[in-house]
Amino acid sequence: MTEQNSTGISAETLIRLSAAQLAEKLAAGEVTAVQATQAYLDRIAAVDGQVNAFLHVNAEEALAVAAEVDAIRAAGGAEAESLHVLAGVPIAVKDLIVTIGQPTTAGSKILEGWHSPYDATVVERLRAAKMPILGKTNLDEFAMGSSTEHSAYGPTRNPWDLDRIPGGSGGGSAAAVAAFEAPLALGTDTGGSIRQPGAVTGTVGVKPTYGSVSRYGAIAMASSLDQIGPVTRTVLDSALLHQVIGGHDPRDSTSLPEPLADLVAAAKTGNVEGLRIGIIKELHGEGYQAGVENRFNDALELLKEAGAEIVEVSCPNFQYALGAYYLIMPSEASSNLAKFDGVRYGLRVLPEDGPMTIERVMGATRAAGFGDEVKRRIILGTYALSAGYYDAYYGSAQKVRTLVQRDFDAAFEQADVLISPTAPTTAFPLGEKLDDPLAMYLNDVATIPANLAGVPGLSLPGGLADEDGLPVGIQLLAPAREDARLYRVGAVLESLLEAKWGGPLLAQAPALGAESLETQEAK
Amino acid sequence: MAAINRDDVAHLARLAHIEMSAEELDRMAGELAVIVDSVKSVSEAAGDDVPATSHPIPLTNVFRDDVVGHTFTAEQALSGAPDSDDNRFKVPAILDEA
Repeated sequence: MTEQNSTGISAETLIRLSAAQLAEKLAAGEVTAVQATQAYLDRIAAVDGQVNAFLHVNAEEALAVAAEVDAIRAAGGAEAESLHVLAGVPIAVKDLIVTIGQPTTAGSKILEGWHSPYDATVVERLRAAKMPILGKTNLDEFAMGSSTEHSAYGPTRNPWDLDRIPGGSGGGSAAAVAAFEAPLALGTDTGGSIRQPGAVTGTVGVKPTYGSVSRYGAIAMASSLDQIGPVTRTVLDSALLHQVIGGHDPRDSTSLPEPLADLVAAAKTGNVEGLRIGIIKELHGEGYQAGVENRFNDALELLKEAGAEIVEVSCPNFQYALGAYYLIMPSEASSNLAKFDGVRYGLRVLPEDGPMTIERVMGATRAAGFGDEVKRRIILGTYALSAGYYDAYYGSAQKVRTLVQRDFDAAFEQADVLISPTAPTTAFPLGEKLDDPLAMYLNDVATIPANLAGVPGLSLPGGLADEDGLPVGIQLLAPAREDARLYRVGAVLESLLEAKWGGPLLAQAPALGAESLETQEAK
Repeated sequence: MAAINRDDVAHLARLAHIEMSAEELDRMAGELAVIVDSVKSVSEAAGDDVPATSHPIPLTNVFRDDVVGHTFTAEQALSGAPDSDDNRFKVPAILDEA
């Protein structure tokens, strides 16, 4: 288990390095990309039976990319000099993002076994940076859910407590990073699917400004809300990854044309003096677990001590945000998912009896291929868009979107960055909210406003709740195109918290796999 | 706003091309009624003077040059198809007379 490589870094130590630390050791020749990639593949083999974060493991290709990086480094010269800083640092990809050479399922039976003929732009950028792709991670079907229980391939489990949910929809990416099965992962966030899993697994997740990262190749749920972003263990790692995947892409017509700010430099700023940080009155207090509220208050105290000015802002229209989201998202999803009809790709199911028409084949295919939550949202969206209801539902929801944006505009007049808990509670037990869709939707109450307004949000670990010892997430929000502020404040808060804890929060997570068995044997 | 009932769900399911059993229709109607009720307040939130927002970050006139870019070969496009014939997607009868 503690097998040492040639330079004396054990695999156990290797998988716990941040991506930035690993990149330094790779550049310094203290460890090879193949050693690092193999260490992660071994970790996946050892613990993923418990966690179920991965739907597909891409060992062969990942090792080949790692070997290529090692060869370039060994040869030296201009090519070695021009290697990306994250070259050789492995990454996992949410299985909503299409990849050549690996299946893409979106967590759905309707795409079981499907291989995309093209790479998403973000995947092309990972390949250009020569980052080995470890595999594809589990998710709620078509990213619809807050617990990863709606995956057609079984739930992912929270590494902090295997009987609890890892959040969703990106529970696989968050759990993989939390369980040290990957140093980095990609997620997608439509209403909180990067940030809420980050919160409940003690990891960092960022939803960039809408348009900051290309959506080309992310299977669309709600096109005006979806955004790809980083899932990592540190704020700096998210900044590094955001810079790999971000920037203009002509293949996504909603991609922002301007270049990204220097996010890594922002993460290294190291101070928050004089920054105005706004508490959103409507996003804490009633309805939030006491332990969540306590860790939130601790974070405010630390930021105040570091010289930030804490102000209170009010966003009265946020009370309508959840409702507006549950009209806009299903409306767009019902349209986006119409293409899964058993004609061009994926499953085709023939009706058992009666006339064999294409309409009946579509009906049978979609009945068998989609799970309950996807069907619910398609029906809801079809309803909200139907003649007679369109103005009352979809039209009204779009107006609420304007009101939410105006609330943000007013709040950002008074504050440079806004802060709230990421989710109202810590991870709940598997199964608890599966039969109550509305209770499940309430998990996203604090994350949804950012998607409606297109502003960026970052969730970072805020500590453990007193009552259950589970991770609590702190959410930071900034104006559109000001993602850099999130990294600046996030990195400062992270370092203050880690100083208090005496190390990263994940160091306190329980052992998994053979590691947990060895601990037991040692006793 | 009218509540959503079982007949509505059956109609919507037909529009959305999803076959549903009687049991599924009953369950879905109950669940959707609760959800629709919870989002009702949205229709009263904004006055007539509030414009709708369809996109969070408005960009206008995003064009590209009118040149042929990357395209899939027929083989690539058909690679995931359940059925194909002669470089085309193959489907069952389109008219109701199989």
